[in-house]
Amino acid sequence: MASVLTNIRAELVKQAHRPASWLLLALAGVLTLTFGYGIPYAGFTGTASGAPGADSDLASMLPEMFLGNAVGGLPVFAGALALIFGVLVAGGEYGWQTWKTVLAQRPARTTVYTAKLATLAVGTLLGVLTLCAVTATASALIAVVESQPFDWPGPLALAFGAGAGWLVAFMWASLGVVLAIALRGVALPIGLGLVWLLAVQNLLATIAAPLLDWVADAQEWLPGPNAGALAYAVGTRNTPGVSDIVEPGHATLVVVAYLLAFCVAGGWLLRRRDIA
Amino acid sequence: MSTPVETTALTKYYGPTVAVENLNLTVRPGEVYGFLGPNGAGKTTTLRMLLGLVKPTSGRLRLLDSAPGPRYLDRVGALIEGPTFYPYLSGRDNLRVLADHAGVSRSRVPEVLATVDLTGRAGDRYATYSMGMKQRLGLAAALLKSPELLVLDEPTNGLDPAGMADMRVTVRELAADGCTVLLSSHLLAEVEQVCDRVGVINEGRLVLESTVAELRSGGTLRVRAAPFERARGHLESRLGVARVRVGDVDSAIDLHVDAAQAAEINHGLVGAGLSVSELRWREPDLEETFLRLTGGGVSAD
Repeated sequence: MASVLTNIRAELVKQAHRPASWLLLALAGVLTLTFGYGIPYAGFTGTASGAPGADSDLASMLPEMFLGNAVGGLPVFAGALALIFGVLVAGGEYGWQTWKTVLAQRPARTTVYTAKLATLAVGTLLGVLTLCAVTATASALIAVVESQPFDWPGPLALAFGAGAGWLVAFMWASLGVVLAIALRGVALPIGLGLVWLLAVQNLLATIAAPLLDWVADAQEWLPGPNAGALAYAVGTRNTPGVSDIVEPGHATLVVVAYLLAFCVAGGWLLRRRDIA
Repeated sequence: MSTPVETTALTKYYGPTVAVENLNLTVRPGEVYGFLGPNGAGKTTTLRMLLGLVKPTSGRLRLLDSAPGPRYLDRVGALIEGPTFYPYLSGRDNLRVLADHAGVSRSRVPEVLATVDLTGRAGDRYATYSMGMKQRLGLAAALLKSPELLVLDEPTNGLDPAGMADMRVTVRELAADGCTVLLSSHLLAEVEQVCDRVGVINEGRLVLESTVAELRSGGTLRVRAAPFERARGHLESRLGVARVRVGDVDSAIDLHVDAAQAAEINHGLVGAGLSVSELRWREPDLEETFLRLTGGGVSAD
């Protein structure tokens, strides 16, 4: 156990010192603020008083709704950033050829892999909590400026929102890990992951599903739509990739299943293959 | 005392390509074993199999009497195919990370940094290191566990002559402290200077295993005497045809005899009225031996 713990410490040090990790976190925060608050608030202030939708636009930016804004990007752009994080955590070892340096120090592959998954769990939790913190701050600012009440979500809602966001982010990050191990690198896994997350999912939902029933049925079992359903359950509205296509319980089970499948597949591949 | 390295019929195929075939290798305690062969001979694949990075197709291997398993690499340090580290971390942080992976105390880090004389630059990012510093950091990483067996794959690759000399001195010092070293190289001179025993691998097979001293034995006595044909006849009648060979330069005769016989042979030649212009003991040509064994792939540098 001590070996796993020291390996987790090693992985945390690697990621904490890596500038790219912090760049991804900063990007997630900036994009979430931009699309969750900056643009909607600019639209709200530019809308004539009393115009249809003006009140609901403001309501979506107040403290009561901040959780929805925090996790709203995770089915798409923030999820893409989590996937990149996962690729970097595992793929960097291929890019720098450091697998042999690490494994020659004696840790078992499963120990290092477990440490990497633990690092992903910590990193994605930190990311989601950061998104919660920046959206909470932004919503509080807007409430002050607009003289609106500070109605914060209750502890259970907070726990559910952060937990759901973490689950989705962790799932995308683990997809990044399995792609990195399967393709033994960084660039191609990021490229393919982003194509799936940003393009294929969207095409399936908007073009294929309305035309083909089986694609529409399959949507209920794909990671993206289920991530979107979880975000919807948290309170995200009017956001690409977010809908109530399935119930929250169904979405949670599917996302957990994908998370486990990605983790197991990555570990199996890493154990089985030679380190070239 | 445990056997540091022992392989039995070790074989690795990559698809239809044979990388290593039926390799039986034994490294004895306390020695520096040179694993010599041209590029692509199978040296690195063998070392990767020893370290568990590559799975053998068949065969057995043991390090320090342990079969591959949870504690297999506990007393083994390694530097495989050049140093590779995290470029954004300092040398010191790289070693701290590796100490955590190894499960050894971080207090070992300053000690190994001092051993490879890198303390002064330990706080600098790895990306700013010269090749020589990178190799030294690689050696420091290999020493973190205070290993009983050190596996070094081409440790002087990319180093300037001074760096190569430093590395060789360090390897000999480690051996003097009781560490067994398995060192792969394609440089004949390096193996001659550093190693006690040599295994030559070519196309995945061990084609020679010997001590360096044995390889050095069996030299020849070169003679130049005039007239040439009379000298040759005299020597053949005295020593036997099998021990006399016409040399590779004009008027030279190479004799397969002991060095101690030189004076006696000279006396005989002079006594027979021959004019002797050269009588010189020649060490065996290791380069020629290795080139013959490996098809020309070993560098004499």
